[in-house]
Amino acid sequence: MNIDDTERGWRELAEDLRGLRADPPSTLRPAVLERVGLADALMTVHGPAGPLLVAYNGRGISATAPGEDADRFAEQFQARFRRPLRPADRPPARLVGQVERLLDPGRRATPPPFDLRGTSEFERAVLAKAQEIPRSQVRPYAWVAGELRQPAAVRAVGAALGRNPVPVLIPCHRVVGSDGRLTGYAWGVGYKRALLAAEGADPDELERLGRRGTRFFGSDTTRIYCYPTCAQARRVTDRHLMTFTSAAQAAAAGYRPCRVCRPPALAG
Amino acid sequence: MDDNHHPELPARLARDLDGSFEALVVAYQRLVFGLALRVVGNRADAEEIAQDTFERAYWALAGYPAERVAAMALRPWLATIARNLARNRLRRRPPPARPLEDGHGQPLAVAAPAAAEPAQVAERRSDRELLVELLAGLPRGQREAVVLRHVEGLAYAEVAEVLGRPVGTVKTHAHRGVRQLRVELEARKERTPR
Repeated sequence: MNIDDTERGWRELAEDLRGLRADPPSTLRPAVLERVGLADALMTVHGPAGPLLVAYNGRGISATAPGEDADRFAEQFQARFRRPLRPADRPPARLVGQVERLLDPGRRATPPPFDLRGTSEFERAVLAKAQEIPRSQVRPYAWVAGELRQPAAVRAVGAALGRNPVPVLIPCHRVVGSDGRLTGYAWGVGYKRALLAAEGADPDELERLGRRGTRFFGSDTTRIYCYPTCAQARRVTDRHLMTFTSAAQAAAAGYRPCRVCRPPALAG
Repeated sequence: MDDNHHPELPARLARDLDGSFEALVVAYQRLVFGLALRVVGNRADAEEIAQDTFERAYWALAGYPAERVAAMALRPWLATIARNLARNRLRRRPPPARPLEDGHGQPLAVAAPAAAEPAQVAERRSDRELLVELLAGLPRGQREAVVLRHVEGLAYAEVAEVLGRPVGTVKTHAHRGVRQLRVELEARKERTPR
């Protein structure tokens, strides 16, 4: 091999080696952005009151919307979160399982992770409280405010729930007026009613109770008073069921607040 | 273009990580994926490693003070993460293809199977395959130096940083690797004249 051959051989080899550079798959960039939460993917699940659009990224579920209009959701999502939203080729099985278990009436499931960037600390505290309300039950806005030790912040609680980025999955629909009225919901009060009915909460009956002035149920055997939808209250037979219009009335009758649903201890 | 340096990128990342991270992915995805591919030998694992690399990079950058990010040498840093993740993967799951020994009892990554390469690069398939195979057969030190220097185009100083070895050592490894490749290519050509 002479010098020229050596030179030429090396140049060819160098070129061939550079030619081994592989093009990354086009799926790499969107997958990375999704995993770190700079872009989101979209899937559809069966919600209690109809199909539910669910946006998610590597940090958790970031948004929900009613219906099946993915384009419209992507538009609204982009406007609110300033991130792109694209349909998922293959939603992660783990996340799908977590959402299905959360929506399955037959199960008590730990919720999937949520990506709540863009909410305030107070808003996250309110949403965490809403998550404590069991399926088929409701609590008043004032209960959430009281639990957060900010009893005067009832309107702020309502505003925080209204900004819930993941309705249905974080059940802000389980928070209602003290008088049993459903009041507001980001997707319309009709949707809230449908959700509560699907969960077995009987919103019409709750409103009737509220109109009659009933705020709490009590049992004359245990002498404990509860919110009407509390599982403890439902166990009381009609013969032993007492109704109260306020915590003060219950207290005056010698009843103590339920430790499960934690109604207010005195004024109410 | 991802072959160039991106001198402005560290400062942009330091100022606005979320706003500039996609630019980092675009700039270095070819390097990160290619490096992983040359270590693990198949595109599916290489993509997963590339995803892991960028995810780690994101959270690391998110945790570093801005001055540190602004002063980072991103290319060797990302190459180091990708190489380490790819090697961990190999340790956990040796490649299914025929195992080669690198002289230290470690299985070596074997060439990507033809089916895993996109059809567009089918021209000169046999030459390319041969080179990939010969490359995979080099001792690990030489192979890594050749890939980083001659396939991915890193400077010797960067190669040294990625491999954690002195510049002189990686130069020697790269030269020996290239010489070995040429010897073997010559030998093949003599055996199968065209």
